[in-house]
Amino acid sequence: MPDHFRLVFTGTALAVRAALKELIATLAAEGRDDYLRSTTEIVLGEILNNIVEHAYGPDRQGEVELCCESGQDALWFTIRDHGAPMPGLCLPPGRLAPVDGARQDLPEGGFGWFLVHRLANDLEYCRDAGCNRLRFAIPYRRNPEMNARGPVAE
Amino acid sequence: MNLESSGTSDLQIVAVKEARIDAAVAIRFKDRMRELTASGAPHVVLDLGEVDFMDSSGLGAIVAAMKQLGATRRLDLAALRPNVEKVFRLTRMDSVFTIHDDIAQAHAIYADG
Repeated sequence: MPDHFRLVFTGTALAVRAALKELIATLAAEGRDDYLRSTTEIVLGEILNNIVEHAYGPDRQGEVELCCESGQDALWFTIRDHGAPMPGLCLPPGRLAPVDGARQDLPEGGFGWFLVHRLANDLEYCRDAGCNRLRFAIPYRRNPEMNARGPVAE
Repeated sequence: MNLESSGTSDLQIVAVKEARIDAAVAIRFKDRMRELTASGAPHVVLDLGEVDFMDSSGLGAIVAAMKQLGATRRLDLAALRPNVEKVFRLTRMDSVFTIHDDIAQAHAIYADG
């Protein structure tokens, strides 16, 4: 990663695809491993598509700015858009709906924020002067899965 | 959204001929699956061997495709690539589907049944 990577693109699903492709290609060229590339694509895909679908939408178009910096232990991202604010001005918690019930009750959504919280650290959202700003880190080493007793061996 | 259907009246294989099932195509995927599975085969296997990336929208569309089959028909998955398997595993949705290593394994199981 050059120390600082920046992309600006239109808030559409296809532009998000292109942005992800460029970001992941840059990580690959830097020799970043499978874990970091796949985790980055998953997290960024969820966050950027959330902006396209909710911050922007059929009545509101706009651009998205993605900045990435290489830290000691993680990639640090700052994503900005000037779409609608996050409801309640805070991040959705991302709890998974239960999957052990009847087929017709299985969740079709709610996975995105769960994945973001699971895979990214230090998530921070703020709204300022009509702009949404989301910051977060994707660590180079996977986060251990935690249960009540501490880390769970994967 | 390019899906190819093959198989018999008992076992339908739907191969996804796309590299991504994501927000850009999730609704089209769901609609195509509804059309293709209208024939009513009791077992449908979704071959994801060419899919390198699936996001939460794609996962939701696959769940919706299973619900579209109704209560008694099955939707299994086959040939999950690592990026796709990761999302199923992290969300625990891998427990909801029977997952075959490949289409040959799916055929073998249903040939016996």
